[in-house]
Amino acid sequence: MIRTLPNSRAYTTAYRLFIAVFFIFLFSPLLITMILAFNNSMFPSLPWKGFTLDWFFGRGPDKIGIFHDDSNLRSIFTSIRVAVAVSALSTLVGTMAAFLFEHEDFKFKQAFYFLMLAPLVIPGVILGISILLFTNAVGLFFEDKLGLDMRFLAPGYWLVVFGQFSFITTITTMTISARLKKFDRTLEEAAYNLGANKLEVLRFITLKYLRPSIVGAAAIAFLMSFENFNTTLFLVGSDQTLPINLYLQVRDGSTPVINAIAFILITFTSIVAVANLYGGNKKNQT
Amino acid sequence: MKNSKPHKIRWSFIIFFIPVALWLFLLIVFPHLELLKMSFTGTDFYGKSGFTLENYGEFFKEPIYWRTFARTALYSIFVTFIVLVISLPVTFYITKIAKIKSQGFLTILVLIPFWVSELIRVYGWIILLRESGVINKFLLKIGIFKVPHEMLYNDITMVMGLVYTSMLFMIVPIIGVMESLDDALIEAAYDLGAKKTTIWRKIIIPYVTPGIMSGSIIVFMLVLGSYLTPKLMGGKNALWFTEQIYNSMIIYFNWNQGAAFGFLLLLLSSLIIFVALKVTRQDFKEVVK
Repeated sequence: MIRTLPNSRAYTTAYRLFIAVFFIFLFSPLLITMILAFNNSMFPSLPWKGFTLDWFFGRGPDKIGIFHDDSNLRSIFTSIRVAVAVSALSTLVGTMAAFLFEHEDFKFKQAFYFLMLAPLVIPGVILGISILLFTNAVGLFFEDKLGLDMRFLAPGYWLVVFGQFSFITTITTMTISARLKKFDRTLEEAAYNLGANKLEVLRFITLKYLRPSIVGAAAIAFLMSFENFNTTLFLVGSDQTLPINLYLQVRDGSTPVINAIAFILITFTSIVAVANLYGGNKKNQT
Repeated sequence: MKNSKPHKIRWSFIIFFIPVALWLFLLIVFPHLELLKMSFTGTDFYGKSGFTLENYGEFFKEPIYWRTFARTALYSIFVTFIVLVISLPVTFYITKIAKIKSQGFLTILVLIPFWVSELIRVYGWIILLRESGVINKFLLKIGIFKVPHEMLYNDITMVMGLVYTSMLFMIVPIIGVMESLDDALIEAAYDLGAKKTTIWRKIIIPYVTPGIMSGSIIVFMLVLGSYLTPKLMGGKNALWFTEQIYNSMIIYFNWNQGAAFGFLLLLLSSLIIFVALKVTRQDFKEVVK
């Protein structure tokens, strides 16, 4: 049954087989996508026609690699700009929310706490259309009543940032709260007794203690923003983010340049994920 | 702390409270109130807008709408169930059967695809399964298929795709709980002669229920609100409800209708989660931790 108990041979073998099939199921689509990025063919499929790096570095005319593909490069750049903003904003507000819910006491705290958790159970599509409808209504109000043209309330960069921020902040709040919960507040008192003021205590004691979780939350926020599709779909303007741009290409059929992008993304996210896990594990022990 | 300095303004509280309140009201509460309002708004014959039940009426009048809705709900429950059935033995293997040395490695291995965007994962399956795809080419070569078969665009493939894209959100919370299950409990039951099924039913499942609940809620939510997987892998003559919302909002530009659909989807997800929590007697706050 478990490793300390005797198991029949058949049971162990069957279980191992199941796990092997599970991992093949888990990784085969990713591996095949990565391998076909190097296939010297116009289509992302077999047969294997030899190794090439054209889908990364090709200059055309028939094979345009990712590093010369303007449309995809532009959308990667847009996604990075969005992800940096979302990551910074949601980590900042998430830290404040963590302090608010862990260290402060106020009326309706429970209600606010539930509200903070709500984005976890709101489908991303709904969040997207609600924010679209609301910003549109606010934009119209400003235009009609005050004659102001609020550009940032129209679908585009800022709306995408707001939309992703609205639910990613819940994740950062929970990540940072989890660590703040374990914080020993006598450390703060000790610092006060030694003559530190409020800002110094915050900077040198509390924030320093929280730093691993803040860095982790920022990394998670960046990745979640970078790959978000559902909420972004309704808020995006003419500057498409990478997932939206890729979606249009996959839907309408495209060249293996998508495989090259996938190769870069999978490699990059794996490195960040492993670094985050490794860093997180190390810090948890202290 | 609150009562010790009653007339002094608590600056720290104000500094923390304002951004959080702005976030929750401007981006969560007000937008959803607007959604609700829009769903009850309609334009009459003269172009004047006012209160109406028409948008919801349309949903019940047109079978295609409520059939899509019911289909989406039932498939989401079904997918959540399949995901659970696969995740339990996998998490059990990782936490209780695999060598302690390889546990960390296996966990990271399971987590990596979780970080890769849904689109890339679906794209991988498209490359594998389509008519000119890798699996077809392989089966033709070894002589199992005589002609290529289209394996995409049907409900079975769509369910598999949904299971694939959401499975990790079940595995992660269950691993978290199962790790803390004391092996001695299972050993004791085993020594007392309990069968495997009994150990699962009486010890393991009850113990990991909080993990199962949080996993199920996230998976159900993701599947219900998923757009990419049903759109790119599902059958061409049956829609997912999110596609219906997208069509109303973006293609027909009928925001009131889209708002009504959106609100119905929100209502459905909240209702099913509420019932699930009540049935298993779990607390929402504990479950999402």
